[in-house]
Amino acid sequence: MSEKAEATGPALVTIEVDGVEMQAPKGSMIIEATDRHGIDVPRFCYHRKLSIAANCRMCLVDVEKAPKPLPACSTPVTDGMKVSTRSERALKAQKGVMEFLLINHPLDCPICDQGGECELQDLALGYGRGVSRFSERKRVVKDENLGPLIASEMTRCIHCTRCVRFLEEVAGTRELGGMYRGEHLEISTYVGHGVHSEMSGNIIDLCPVGALTSRPYRFTARAWEMLSHPSVSPHDSVGSNLEIHHVRGSIKRVVPGENDSVNECWLADRDRFGYQGVYSDDRLARPMIRGESGWEETDWELALEEVVRQLRGVVDGHGADALGALVAGNATLEEQYLLGRLARGLGTANIDSRLRQADFSDQDRRPPFPWLGLALEDLERQKAVLFVGGNPRADQPIINHRLRKAVKAGARVSYINPQRHEFNYRTDQHVVVPSAMVRELALIAAALLDLTGGEAPGGLDTLRDGAKPGETHKALAKELRDAGRGAVLLGSLAECHPQASALRALAALIGKHADVAHGVIPEAANLAGAWLAGAVPHRQAGGIPEKIPGLDARDMLEQPRKGYLLLGLEPELDCADGAAAMAALRQAETVICMTPFVTGSMLDYATVLLPVAAFGETSGTFVSAEGRWQAFPGVAQPVGEARPGWRLLRVLGNLLELDGFDYNACDEIGAEVERLCESVQPAAVSEWRVPPVVRPEKGMQRIGAVPMYAVDSVVRRAAALQQTPQATDISVGLHPSDAAALNLADAEWVEVRLRGNSVRLPLRIDDSVAKGAVSVPSGLRETAALGPMFGALSLKRA
Amino acid sequence: MGSAMNAIRDFLRTFLLWELLLGLRLTGKHLFRRKVTIQYPEEKAPQSPRFRGLHALRRYPNGEERCIACKLCEAVCPALAITIESEQREDGTRRTTRYDIDLFKCIYCGFCEESCPVDSIVETRIHEYHMEDRSERIITKQQLLAVGDKHEQQLAADRAADAPYR
Repeated sequence: MSEKAEATGPALVTIEVDGVEMQAPKGSMIIEATDRHGIDVPRFCYHRKLSIAANCRMCLVDVEKAPKPLPACSTPVTDGMKVSTRSERALKAQKGVMEFLLINHPLDCPICDQGGECELQDLALGYGRGVSRFSERKRVVKDENLGPLIASEMTRCIHCTRCVRFLEEVAGTRELGGMYRGEHLEISTYVGHGVHSEMSGNIIDLCPVGALTSRPYRFTARAWEMLSHPSVSPHDSVGSNLEIHHVRGSIKRVVPGENDSVNECWLADRDRFGYQGVYSDDRLARPMIRGESGWEETDWELALEEVVRQLRGVVDGHGADALGALVAGNATLEEQYLLGRLARGLGTANIDSRLRQADFSDQDRRPPFPWLGLALEDLERQKAVLFVGGNPRADQPIINHRLRKAVKAGARVSYINPQRHEFNYRTDQHVVVPSAMVRELALIAAALLDLTGGEAPGGLDTLRDGAKPGETHKALAKELRDAGRGAVLLGSLAECHPQASALRALAALIGKHADVAHGVIPEAANLAGAWLAGAVPHRQAGGIPEKIPGLDARDMLEQPRKGYLLLGLEPELDCADGAAAMAALRQAETVICMTPFVTGSMLDYATVLLPVAAFGETSGTFVSAEGRWQAFPGVAQPVGEARPGWRLLRVLGNLLELDGFDYNACDEIGAEVERLCESVQPAAVSEWRVPPVVRPEKGMQRIGAVPMYAVDSVVRRAAALQQTPQATDISVGLHPSDAAALNLADAEWVEVRLRGNSVRLPLRIDDSVAKGAVSVPSGLRETAALGPMFGALSLKRA
Repeated sequence: MGSAMNAIRDFLRTFLLWELLLGLRLTGKHLFRRKVTIQYPEEKAPQSPRFRGLHALRRYPNGEERCIACKLCEAVCPALAITIESEQREDGTRRTTRYDIDLFKCIYCGFCEESCPVDSIVETRIHEYHMEDRSERIITKQQLLAVGDKHEQQLAADRAADAPYR
C-alpha cells in the first residue's frame, strides 16, 4: 500500500480541528496535522523524529463520535474527522493527566537546571491546578551514574520514554530501559552500564523535564539569561549546525541547531561538549616573546613587530622557500585564506593544512576540494555503501547516523578497515592490515571489471599483487553494481593512509564501473575550505593551480625549514608524524605560533606566541564534506587578550606591507573567497592514473587512528569528554594470535618501537585488530613521541 | 470708584502689617503644638517590619547559606542590579560563586526578596550607610552574608511579624 501511495504522493484527507478545516496525508496522526497548522496540543512523549509511544496521555483531544478523548499523537486522521483540542471534555482530560503527572514530580524547580525551559513547568502553568489535592508522600527514585556527560535526577522523571526510544531508534545502543510498572516505573540503565553512545547528549534535549541534564553545564546558568547564537561544529567535516548559549561573553553550553539537510535535530557529543576545552587552564592570554632571559609577556604591538622582524630575517637570510606555514584543518576559511596569501606574499607557496595526510602524489589531479561525492542527506537513500578506512561512528557520528538510517531502510554497508569496529547497525567488515587495504580494494575493482566486462586499466594488476578476487570481493562488487544507488566512501583513515592516492584512484575506478557515487570524507572540519582558500601548496584560492607548487605538509617537516608559521595546531599531535614535526620545529630559527593554547613543547620550540581566538570566539566560514558553505558569527569574548585569527593576519599583512590586506570585517574576506570560488563545482576524481606502489616495511603494522576525542586541540581539553570510556582507554590493541606468536599473551605493558622512537603503553588483547597489525592510537600525548600514524613497529614486553 | 476703595484697603492692610499678623497666628498655633521633629541621629523614626534598606543574605540556623542560585532575583530585578554566577559545589548542591548587588543601580523595590523561594536575599532595616569610593557600591556575597549574620535575629523577627499577611 505504502509503495503505491509513495508513487502517486500520499492521499490527502480533510479533517476539521477547532473549526479549522485542514488537509492531512492519510494515515498521519492528528498531532502532525495540528503541528503543521500551528494549533498547539500539549504533549510530552511525542517527538517527530521518534516512534509513537502514546504513554504520557497529555495530548488527549476530543474527537467527534469517539466515546472518550483520544491521544492526538496516535490517532490517525480519517476523512471528515472533527477534532476539538480545547473543548470542555478535552481540557478536562488534559488537566486530569497533568494533575496525575504532578503527583510525583518534585517541586524543586529553583534548583533544577531545566527550570525556565521545562515543558512540564510551561504546561503546568496552563493545565495545572494552583494547589495540589494530593497530600501523600511523593515517590523518590534513586539516581544512576550515567557517565561524565549526563546528570540524572530520576525523581523528576515523568516516564515519557523519549530517552529510551532515542537510544534504541536513533543512537542504536539500547542503553536505557524502563523497569517495573505503573507508579513504580523507573528509567534505568541495564545492569548499571551507563550511557556511552557517541550521541548520548541528545537525550538531554529530549527530556521534557529535568530528569536528564548536562553535567558540564550543571548549575552554571539559567535558560532565560543566556543569549543564543548560531554556529558550526569545528570537530568534523559534517558541519553540524549548533547554537552557542552564552552569558556575558562566556560559553555555557552548546545545543543542536536544526537543519534537516545536515544534522537534523541531533548533535554528536563531541560537538555538544567540546566547548569546555575553550576554557581550559592552558589558554594563552597574552602575546609572548622568547627573549634573552626566557619567555616574556608583551603587548600586541611589540609582539607583531617582533614577528615581522623574525619573518623578514628568515626571508632575507635564507630565501622565502626557507619558510613554511602549517594551518589547522579546523581553522576558518578566512584564516586559511589570509595565511595562504601571507605566505605567498612573502614569496613561498609552502602552506598546507592536510596535516595528517601522508600521500600527496595525486594532488594535482584531485578536484577543487575533497568532496563526499553526494549530498549528506542522500547517504540514507543509498542501497549499498562501501566504506574504506575509517570509523564514521567515531570520526563523523552524523554520517554514521545517516548510514544507519540507510541500513534500516534495507541498505548494505560494508567496511574495509584494519580494525573491526563496533557499529550500531548490521555491517560486513573486512579486516586487513593497513598495507593490504589497497589490495582489497583493487580486488574488488578487478571483480567488478570481470562482472562488467570492462578493461582493467594499467597498474591495477600490480596493486592487487597478483591475487585473484575471492568470493567476498565478487559479492561486494556485485552488490555495488546492482545497487542502483550506491557509494564508495573513503574515511578519515583512508585519507591519512600512506597509499591514499591508490585508494582514491581505486574508489574512483569502482565508482565509475559500478555507476555509483564515490568520494572522500575530509578528516577535519574545514579541510574542504582549505583547498578552496588556497591553504594547500599546489593551488591558490579558487582552485587555481600554483605555477611552482610549494612543499606539502609532509615535506615541510621532513625537509626542515628555517622558519615556521603555525596557526591553531599542536604539531606533535595534529601532524601525521609528530616526532618529525617536533624535530623540524626544534631546529628552526623562527617558529611563530598563533595558537589559543600554550603547551610545554611550544615553549620549547616557539620564538613568538600569539594568542588567537578559539571555537565560538571568532567569526568565520566552514566548508563541509558535501561542499556546504556555512558562515558563523563570533559569539564569545576571547579569553585574555586573544584576537580572532583573521584580524591578527590582517594586521600582520599590513605590517609586512603586503597588498590587499585592508579588510574591515570577516565577512569581506569570506565574500572575497566566495567570489574566487564562483565557478568551482564539487567533483570527484575521475581519470585513472597508475598510483605509485609503496612496498610496506617488514614487521607489525601500526594502525594510528585518531581517537574520537583527540581530533583537535579544543576537544583534547574538553574535561568531561576526556572522562568518557572512549577517551580514557589508551592501550595497544593486538590480535590474540599475534600476541601468542610474540609471547605477549600475558603481558600487561608493552614497549612499542617505531623508527627508533619508543613508548610504553598497556596492552589490550583484541581480536578486532587485523592479524599482523597493532592498534596504537595517534593524536595523544602518550603516543606523540612514536612518529608516523602508519609504519612497521616492534613490540617488546615492558 | 471700586478700584479706589481697594487701593485704600490694601494700603491700610500693608500699613498695619495685617498679613504678618495672620502668619504669626499660624506660627503661634504651632509653637504650642506637640513637636514632630526628630533629633536625628540621636532619635530615630519608627520602622515597619517591611522596611526595605540594605540587602543581606541569610543562613539557616545550622550555618548553611540559604541561597540556592536559582537566579530568580537576578531575573526579576528591574534595575539589573544583581549579578550571580553559580556552580555545583563539591557536595553536589547548587550554589553561587558570585552574588553582587550594585547599590547605585538598586531602587530598593524589594522584588528580589519577594521572588526568593528560600527567603535568602532580604532587605534589612539598615538605611544609613555610605561609601567613599565608587567601587564600594558593589556589595559582594561575603559582605551580604556578613550583614545577614549580624542582623539575623532582627531579620527573623521581622519575617515572623509579617508572615500572617503573606
